[in-house]
Amino acid sequence: MSARDAADSRDGNDLSELARRARRRLLRMHYDSRIGHLGGNLSAIDALITLHHRVMDPQDRFILSKGHAAGALYVTLWSLGVLADADLATFHADGTLLAGHPVPGWSGHIPVATGSLGHGFPMALGMALARQLQNEPGRIFCLTSDGEWQEGSMWEGLIFWAHRKLRNITVLVDLNGLQGFGSTREVASMQELGSRIESFGVPSIRVDGHDHEAIAAAASAHPGAVILLDTVKGKGVSFMEHRMEWHYLPLNAEQYAAALLEVGRP
Amino acid sequence: MRGAFCDAMVELAADQRYFFLTGDLGFMALEPLQKVLGARFINAGVAEQNMVSVAAGMAAVGGKAWVYSIAPFCYARPFEQIRNDVCLNRLSVRLVGNGGGYAYGSMGATHHALEDYGVLLTLPALRAYVPAFDADVEPMVRAIAGRDAPAYLRLGRSDLQDETAVPPYGAWRRLQEGGAGLLVAVGPIAGGLWSATRERPLAERPAIWVVSELEGDGLAIAPPAALFDELAAAPVLGLVEEHVAHGGFAQQFLHTLALSGRSVGRVVHAHAHGYPSGRYGSQRWHRQECGLDVPAILELLAARAAT
Repeated sequence: MSARDAADSRDGNDLSELARRARRRLLRMHYDSRIGHLGGNLSAIDALITLHHRVMDPQDRFILSKGHAAGALYVTLWSLGVLADADLATFHADGTLLAGHPVPGWSGHIPVATGSLGHGFPMALGMALARQLQNEPGRIFCLTSDGEWQEGSMWEGLIFWAHRKLRNITVLVDLNGLQGFGSTREVASMQELGSRIESFGVPSIRVDGHDHEAIAAAASAHPGAVILLDTVKGKGVSFMEHRMEWHYLPLNAEQYAAALLEVGRP
Repeated sequence: MRGAFCDAMVELAADQRYFFLTGDLGFMALEPLQKVLGARFINAGVAEQNMVSVAAGMAAVGGKAWVYSIAPFCYARPFEQIRNDVCLNRLSVRLVGNGGGYAYGSMGATHHALEDYGVLLTLPALRAYVPAFDADVEPMVRAIAGRDAPAYLRLGRSDLQDETAVPPYGAWRRLQEGGAGLLVAVGPIAGGLWSATRERPLAERPAIWVVSELEGDGLAIAPPAALFDELAAAPVLGLVEEHVAHGGFAQQFLHTLALSGRSVGRVVHAHAHGYPSGRYGSQRWHRQECGLDVPAILELLAARAAT
């Protein structure tokens, strides 16, 4: 099945297959470019595939606030037929548009540059507010990391969101529990994120972040809410799962081969 | 200048894509704008980082977003949001900082803006606008609104009581001719210098130019040829700004002159020095402490011309 054929498919089984193929392509892209950051891409890729293939309409916009999952976004755009293999081959290369964190000005699928944490979410709020005030259609979807909620701007944004009662935005949080130099529990006692968010007046719902149907249902049925995605850092590759080092490490040849075996056939 | 600013902004309100965000400031000044904009006047609260990012998001979907606060809260607190969300994305967010230089006087150092345009002009595409007179604000707001790019407007307080003789707005303007040196000033101090010297005989007063638009990439708004002609004939050049020397207008101007191969003779630079005594006072007091008051500037210019 080609990427374009896959993009045209809309049933749940194909979402699983799309995600599996996307994982393979993500591993290859990172391996070819000798780039790490795989753990947080693998935790986020099911949500990205589900949003782009099942949930979002053409007038909707997606903001990757956790910009370090750029690889997962590029592979998702590849699965939609927006990017080609030749594009992915430029990942991290000199002269590329596919930098390690999304850069602006080249694709309508990437409306703004992100990478410094705590920026994408408030920008998404601005998009939602402008559309609401102009009575324009289209929803805004935004994916954040969990460690990102240690940024003060996230809570400024949450206050703003609750006060404005914006319902044309949905924010997903990749709760993989690991950040740059420790777990979110160890670094900042972030295990109560949902109740903290709700205490600001924004509802939240918690779902399995690797269950495509659950993600799709939550993202479709809960506008104006935060969807907490229970995810596994490095999901799909056993030796990466729950391992902080895969926030950074690139794959060697042996690891790459082992990872592909786990993800499954081409 | 806040009143003039509010009046000018009210004129833009008919455009439904125009939004105004304030960081909980504008009491006794912006109420007319609030009234005319309705829901498009957004008090974003005491949360400047969020405010700038929200404005960038609005601009990313076609909105025309203006952001207003006391100057340092507008450019210093949310600098990364300006850098990343506004300028890297080339979004037309218009930042408005009230109280350029020492304008907030004895409110204290946290409320002063001594390095604002120097810092911001390091960013791509951003242009800084510094009105010298109340009359500049309306045409400046129109210019900012008409340019599809990030902007920073530094509001202050006009030093001129009577603005009837102010020449029409322009990025560069000659306020007067003179034979006792050439002064090029940024912002309201130009009015004070003009007011103090315009009754003097031509040979005994300095020529005065005021510059009101600054851009990072080598003074993209080129000085007019007449300024260069006067510079070549002037016994001394004085550059004046209520801003620290580093990254300020003078450094940029001299850099431009040097790269263009123009020779520069005697030069003096009157600028903000921060807080030399560690004490605080009115804007006038701080200017005096830094040698930025009119008598000190004129004395500095004359002394250098005589050397």
